[in-house]
Amino acid sequence: MLTPVVDDDGAPFWEYTGRGELRIQACADCGELRFPPRPCCPHCQSFASEWREMSGHGRVWSYVVPHPPLLPDYAEQAPYPVVLVELAEAPRIRLVGNLVAEAGGRLDSVAMERVRIGARVQVVFDEDGLPQWVLERA
Amino acid sequence: MATLKDATAVVGIGQTAFAKQLPESEKALACRAILAALHDAGIDPGEVDGLASYTMEETDEVEVAKALGLGDLTFFSKVGYGGGGSCATVAHLAAAVATGQASVGVAWRSRKRGSGPRPWKNTGVQLPTPAQWTRPFGLLRPVDEIAMLARRHMHEYGTTRDHLFNVALACRNRANQNPAAVMYERPLTRDMYMTSRWISEPLCLFDNCLETDGALACVIVSAERARDCRHRPVYVHSAAQGLPAQHHGMVNYWNDDPLTGPAWTAARHLWKHADFGPEDVDVAQIYDAFTALIPLSLEGYGFCGRGEGGAFTEGGALESGGRLPLNTSGGGLSEAYVHGFNLINEGVRQLRGTSTAQVPDAATCLVTAGEGVPTSALLLRT
Ligand SMILES: [Zn+2]
Repeated sequence: MLTPVVDDDGAPFWEYTGRGELRIQACADCGELRFPPRPCCPHCQSFASEWREMSGHGRVWSYVVPHPPLLPDYAEQAPYPVVLVELAEAPRIRLVGNLVAEAGGRLDSVAMERVRIGARVQVVFDEDGLPQWVLERA
Repeated sequence: MATLKDATAVVGIGQTAFAKQLPESEKALACRAILAALHDAGIDPGEVDGLASYTMEETDEVEVAKALGLGDLTFFSKVGYGGGGSCATVAHLAAAVATGQASVGVAWRSRKRGSGPRPWKNTGVQLPTPAQWTRPFGLLRPVDEIAMLARRHMHEYGTTRDHLFNVALACRNRANQNPAAVMYERPLTRDMYMTSRWISEPLCLFDNCLETDGALACVIVSAERARDCRHRPVYVHSAAQGLPAQHHGMVNYWNDDPLTGPAWTAARHLWKHADFGPEDVDVAQIYDAFTALIPLSLEGYGFCGRGEGGAFTEGGALESGGRLPLNTSGGGLSEAYVHGFNLINEGVRQLRGTSTAQVPDAATCLVTAGEGVPTSALLLRT
């Protein structure tokens, strides 16, 4: 499986997820959230930033179901859903992720008929600290 | 202020054969396409002083110039973002010629995407951003990234697989008229489309462009010089690039409205500098790496309202004789996928009156580059 190729701007995000925290970069001056992380605030041009903890709740904004040809580790689990989750606190910030039955679950562990736009989801973290999403109970 | 409007013209077009696999190198194919374009224009290679291509082009200016015996070059540029740069190569040369930086410009693209590797399989050269936010989760290929927008467009606006089939069919029907097209003798039916294998749901095999070996080129000179060339000049009426504020490339997921892509930005500039509008376009060559890019582009370039791009394709609108004949040589879906350069050359053929699917008396043509990435577009006219 591919692991995140981390850059300077993204490193804090992955450090936090490694501790089981979903944090998004915010401007320390004007307070605007921004994603992906970057050195400067596009609203006020401040270089001061902080990492704000999210509730981990969100909704599926869209999803795709890749089929082979894929890289071998992914082909082995295909077809699997890849979801785009809009965060409850910041609907413009949509995280790409996998919908799984439980933390650490396989990419194909949720029945495809349960995947739909608008579904409420909650973040979990696998053993490597990679964020994943599970369906919230209705 | 100097203006680009009709100041330059495309006077030569050239191309190699298109196939899944061609024996020659990309460099040799580039040289053949450029020579064919210069021959078509009636211009000697020694007169070329400007070049433009894509940053993804593997044959650089030094190689092209020394192989072909070009003259002293005073302008050369390369445009980024893959297929988003296609029309910008012509636009850069038009600007250079119009401002005296060059007098004979050649744009080209040579690519062995048919027999060469699929770029997404090379995990070693991934840029850290934005791949770190997408690739670990199995969003691996361009088709996966665009399918995400396609699904949302279907959800919000009722766009259907039949709408996407309309796009695939129009391109295939035109390819069936074009002996140079890879899919010349391969008709497409609705049944074939609906029962084909998925690549990334909701996009199936026929929603994806071809994988092709081939090369194309075109020649740009001033309007004055154009009158002395072999063929009727095809004027560059308006040209634009588009990189919207807070755009994120093909994974445009982190702004207010991911379905408003670079086409909207390029279109505003394009129409602002044109003497005519979308309703006056006789024929369109719209970048079709994926069928789903067509509804998004139809909306962006103003042929219909927001969300109406799917419905626009109904009733044969994209076919010959329809409201907007589309990709009349077959496009990337059915002629050849060479990063959209075949769309430029087909736009020129339409305005010369020499297309294999000629729109009667075509006088205006929109050509676009890849939507979903920083893009570019041209309005051509007779
Ligand atoms: Zn700020």
